[in-house]
Amino acid sequence: MSIIRRPMNRRSLLKAGAASGLVLATPTIISRSAWAETNFRNDPTNSKTVTFGFNVPQTGAYADEGADELRAYQLAVKHLNGEGDGGMLSTMKPLSLNGNGVLGKKVDYVTGDTQTKSDAARASAKRMIEKDGVVMWSGGSSSGVAIAQQSLAQEMGVVFMCGLTHSNDTTGKDKRRYGFRHFFNAYMSGAALGPVLDKEMGKDRRAYHLTADYTWGWTQEESIANTTEGLGWETVNKVRTPLGAGDFSQYIAPVLNSGADVLILNHYGKDMINSLTQAVQFGLRDKLVNGKNFEIIVPLYSRLMAQGAGENIKGIYGTTNWNWSLQDEGSKAFVKSFGQEYGFPPSQAAHTCYVQTLLYADACERAGTFNPAEVIKALEDHQFDGMGNGPTLYRGSDHQCFKDVLVVKGNENATSQFDLLEVVEVTPASQVTYDPEIFGGELGPYKV
Amino acid sequence: MDAIVLQILNGLDKGGAYALIALGLTLIFGTLGVVNFAHGALFMLGAFCAVAFNKLIGLEQVVVDPTKTTAWGTPLETRVPYIEVWLGDTGTTMLNYSVPLSIAFAIPVMLLAGYVMERGLIRHFYKRPHAEQILVTFGLAIVLQEIIKTYFGANPIPQSAPDMVRGAMDLGVMLGFDPGTVVYPQWRIVYLFFSLSVIGGVFAFLQFTTFGMVVRAGMADRETVGLLGINIERRFTLVFAVAAVVAGLAGVMYTPILPPDYHMGMDFLVLSFVVVVVGGMGSLPGAVSAGFLLGILQSFASMNEVKTILPGIDQIIIYLVAVIILLVRPRGLMGRKGVMET
Repeated sequence: MSIIRRPMNRRSLLKAGAASGLVLATPTIISRSAWAETNFRNDPTNSKTVTFGFNVPQTGAYADEGADELRAYQLAVKHLNGEGDGGMLSTMKPLSLNGNGVLGKKVDYVTGDTQTKSDAARASAKRMIEKDGVVMWSGGSSSGVAIAQQSLAQEMGVVFMCGLTHSNDTTGKDKRRYGFRHFFNAYMSGAALGPVLDKEMGKDRRAYHLTADYTWGWTQEESIANTTEGLGWETVNKVRTPLGAGDFSQYIAPVLNSGADVLILNHYGKDMINSLTQAVQFGLRDKLVNGKNFEIIVPLYSRLMAQGAGENIKGIYGTTNWNWSLQDEGSKAFVKSFGQEYGFPPSQAAHTCYVQTLLYADACERAGTFNPAEVIKALEDHQFDGMGNGPTLYRGSDHQCFKDVLVVKGNENATSQFDLLEVVEVTPASQVTYDPEIFGGELGPYKV
Repeated sequence: MDAIVLQILNGLDKGGAYALIALGLTLIFGTLGVVNFAHGALFMLGAFCAVAFNKLIGLEQVVVDPTKTTAWGTPLETRVPYIEVWLGDTGTTMLNYSVPLSIAFAIPVMLLAGYVMERGLIRHFYKRPHAEQILVTFGLAIVLQEIIKTYFGANPIPQSAPDMVRGAMDLGVMLGFDPGTVVYPQWRIVYLFFSLSVIGGVFAFLQFTTFGMVVRAGMADRETVGLLGINIERRFTLVFAVAAVVAGLAGVMYTPILPPDYHMGMDFLVLSFVVVVVGGMGSLPGAVSAGFLLGILQSFASMNEVKTILPGIDQIIIYLVAVIILLVRPRGLMGRKGVMET
């Protein structure tokens, strides 16, 4: 036996390298493949129930809207589990759900409080994912909060079904593979409002924007200004106002003598209530400028918020995702279910949350698994009907729903405390559809 | 020029609210030496006195119409306020004037709230450090907020000014400007005069009554007044209650301007403290003048011409002024020597 070791030549080095590489890589290849097919975070296969998370603002300025969202989620869970009258399960098409939970598992849920703060929402969602084992979570009512949660969804590999969020960024530059939005967006509001504004106010107008200084306000201002400028309107000024300013009088006073004959309030929630109330108090609606009646526009309306503005909303134009007065079968079924359960009609926030829950559950049934990668594929480019907005497409390239948009105005002859908005026009989905490239963004991978 | 007049008016009515809240804060601090972070909550409580009063006199008779149903299948309910059923047009007028009428409801409620707060909680913290006073009063503010939210919800609840003063008036014509250039909401003008009257009333009370004289003496030298056999603590309790009433009335009359919600007190609290610091701790005239000054500056800072030169100035102007005043006059505009100084 020779004790002299031969020096390693190039061929043997390559052989040894390849062999070692194969040995080292084999377990990884096997395990990754196994994870992709059977293992995913919070896999409920061995459980009799599946848990959803509902993360809504339970405290803070949007607490009432959050409460309405929560009511809708609870109703959706009831219907999924075969309780109650089934709501939209009787009108949803196509339908794979059969009222015995999802994939044979009873649906359970946990709730969280976003406080309408991104960090609180992420912390609450993380608790739901890590501690409560949710396979999906959902909630609104702020775009900043929704975007923050979408990012978390992508990091954690758990689907997030957005509640009320209206910024273009949610399914634009900040879109994520694990985030889906049923609610419409600022671009669609502009596209839907355009023809109505043209008809009602003409082409020769001068608009003044007051805009909430955060992501949603910026995108709405941009979308509405693009629309109105497209009509031939001149934009006199765009003024950013701090979120939660309370008294907007110092921002409204300059509008009086600016030469503008239209005030566009890119505000939502409490800001909308305050700025609209104060604008009306300043006599803007009684003013005659450039020989025309001064007009106020609130591009994003919410019935809950309209209640806060009282009679000041009368005759003021805006858009909304859905209204309880719609007479299609899906809306009627939902309003009946919700009204009988709670004694009053649902808000648009409640509607979108209810629909999102059913859509997710239905996608699981169609995919035959809770594996998020497969559920996402089942939701992408899915077309459905019977859920209150006419035929709808969940576009795969940006996870945005395309459906009819309602142009509404504050009801001048309200018949009840809930009859605040009058539907002026139902703008068809084709008129509000756009190329996803205009807002950029990357969805990211299916597997994380 | 018309834009400047508008912003001055704006600043004055905004300043009116700041001054009323800051006046109460200063009164409490000057007499009791307590830094009351629950004072904003008293403003909010006052606003909800107006809401509660409106709800009380607006209690409705519900008539079920079995022939009609709602969209969700239950019988339709028609609602008419009892007060209209019982009193006819007088009832309608009372509903129309519910905000000014609620002052009569707010005064006893706020007096009681102030008395209970002072006797039940605040008095136990007179000799404790300011940090502890701040913590306990801030906690109290949160408790009051949550109570209001539980009963009234989180959404703002609109309150209307009486029809007679609901619209805007053309002040430009009176001031020699072109018609329609200086148009201002009538209720805001009412609010400005109301706040000036309340401020005047408080000063007159302190200046021209024996009670006020004793309170002023107590503010200057508590020990000597005590040695003269006067129970200054009892009087200070009443001062706390009066301060609560002033904040409450400011809140009542502000409801048609800003639909009240449970958080509105917090929005005003920080600003009011800045007003007190700028005016000078413990100085009543300082608090009032600083209230109006900061209101006007805030309005001017929001003008587009100013924001073009200094973007974002509207959001920091109040704090910027506070920093400058504290650098130049560390005791504030009218601060007294020895207050908060050891």
